[in-house]
Amino acid sequence: MLAPTMVIITVLFFGSLGYGLLQSLGYQPNIGVTEISLDAYRAVLFDPDMASRFWPGLWLSLWVAFVSTFVSAAIAIGVSLLIRLTFVVKKLAVFFFQLILTIPHLVIAVGMLMLFSQSGLFSRLLGEMGVITSPRDFPALTRDPYGIGIILAYIWKEVAFFGIIVLAILQSLGEDYESVAQSLGANRWQRFRTVTLPLIMPGLLSASIIVFAFTFGTYEVPRILGVQHPKMLPVLALDFFLNPDLNARAEGMALSMIIAVIVFVLVFFYMWLTARTVRKD
Amino acid sequence: MRRSFFYLAVGFISFMLVAPVIAFMINAFAFRWFYPQLVPQEWSLQAWERLQLIPREGERTLSGFIDLWLSVPDVVSALWLSLAIGGTVTGLSVIIGLPAARALGLYKFRGTRIVEFLIITPTLLPPNAFSLGLNINFIRWDLALQDMGIPIDLAGSVIGVSIVHLVPVMPYVVLTLSGVFANYNPDFEAQARSLGARPLRIFWDVTLPSILPGLFVAALFAFLVSWSQYLLTFLIGQGRVVTLPMLLFSAAGTGNNAMIAALSLVFIAPAILILLVTSRFLSGESSAVGGFGRV
Repeated sequence: MLAPTMVIITVLFFGSLGYGLLQSLGYQPNIGVTEISLDAYRAVLFDPDMASRFWPGLWLSLWVAFVSTFVSAAIAIGVSLLIRLTFVVKKLAVFFFQLILTIPHLVIAVGMLMLFSQSGLFSRLLGEMGVITSPRDFPALTRDPYGIGIILAYIWKEVAFFGIIVLAILQSLGEDYESVAQSLGANRWQRFRTVTLPLIMPGLLSASIIVFAFTFGTYEVPRILGVQHPKMLPVLALDFFLNPDLNARAEGMALSMIIAVIVFVLVFFYMWLTARTVRKD
Repeated sequence: MRRSFFYLAVGFISFMLVAPVIAFMINAFAFRWFYPQLVPQEWSLQAWERLQLIPREGERTLSGFIDLWLSVPDVVSALWLSLAIGGTVTGLSVIIGLPAARALGLYKFRGTRIVEFLIITPTLLPPNAFSLGLNINFIRWDLALQDMGIPIDLAGSVIGVSIVHLVPVMPYVVLTLSGVFANYNPDFEAQARSLGARPLRIFWDVTLPSILPGLFVAALFAFLVSWSQYLLTFLIGQGRVVTLPMLLFSAAGTGNNAMIAALSLVFIAPAILILLVTSRFLSGESSAVGGFGRV
């Protein structure tokens, strides 16, 4: 029963991953190179020209992924705790969250340009209020070197993802645990810190893995909201790959493999962490 | 004090949530919109006309619309293509994924965890990691197919793009449906069988009705994931398979905000429509959404 799905996953996904790995090792039979070497990796990591684009790109990617994941999780938890005892507001929130999940990242990236660019809606709002007088007074929040526009786009999208999951968990938990804590004299913060948070942690962590991996490896959003330098790694990898020089293709592959390895290591670290947090009780 | 804070917070967050859509609405119909006006002085349908989604002034009758859409301008053709690929991928992924989901949801066998992990991996690893290799693999397979006398192109074709969309779609479908099957009781099937029902009838009358809500959710996920693919379509379609994301992406480089906004609205409209139709299946309590908590 598993066979059809596994064929798709194995042949298309793992097969291509493996072939990409071969290519990153310099195996390109169509241009007559069949030796295996680590040249492409060495070039990406240490070649002065490429390294000057790789390392800033890596830091930017890590920064964007961490901040997006953390901030959207925090906002989602706050919102969920705020509205979980309401009825109409909660129903509406869940509906809005689902609506947001259906909106492609590409559209959101474009939407952020229209909201946060220097002639965007928020700049105009401040202009009408007389806070600023020209578009140039508005800070560069999109196409900025710190990836703020990228982070804003991800937060907008992922708050909805976290929100749906946290609300579902809270719903299934009920309030009994917190009532007990309250009757034992725990204040609001203590109840959150020692009761609610540990209970939602397993679900929250697995959602964080998905969000982190996603924000670290997606191409569209940083392509539209990013700058020429530094470029987030997925954008850089495609730049290398689409370079007409066939050697650069191996380097694009190598960079993609490096991205994959980083995500994989982080996923394993998270899973180890989850296993520890969950089995404590 | 607490109440007003609550309403303020809820109001602010709701505003932030809908702000991009408001921005699209204004931009798509704006005309002569000078800084710092919040609302343009004049409105126009120019962007929609230039995208050939509505006829020129004077021809905006029913037959004018029908003529224009039947002539299949670029945006309309991209819209149909996106819908066709999305529909194909949804159908294929459900047919392929249903047996796997049943196996994972109903039975605990050796290696369940490993199989689940393998199925989830495509959603975790960045699309670059496999799509660059797949691009070259498709070209190699095309050559092999040609040698065998089968003139099918995978690289640069709608077929190839549809097949490659299955990779990001399958994990969602299988995970969602396995969540459904985890709460499914196969004894009902045994009962029907003992009453003499044939397999197809059992599936149609017993299995299908009980998994239908989850099936809707899975199909919705499948469609949306395929619908919003840019990178895979771009790499595998080699610029020849022009879906809506392709058009939006190239428009995004032009800086023509009215056209970008109009295209964005076209791009999100079907998804929102589907959601409105199926939202009753998507409540937070539904077991299908639980599939995600199991990563």
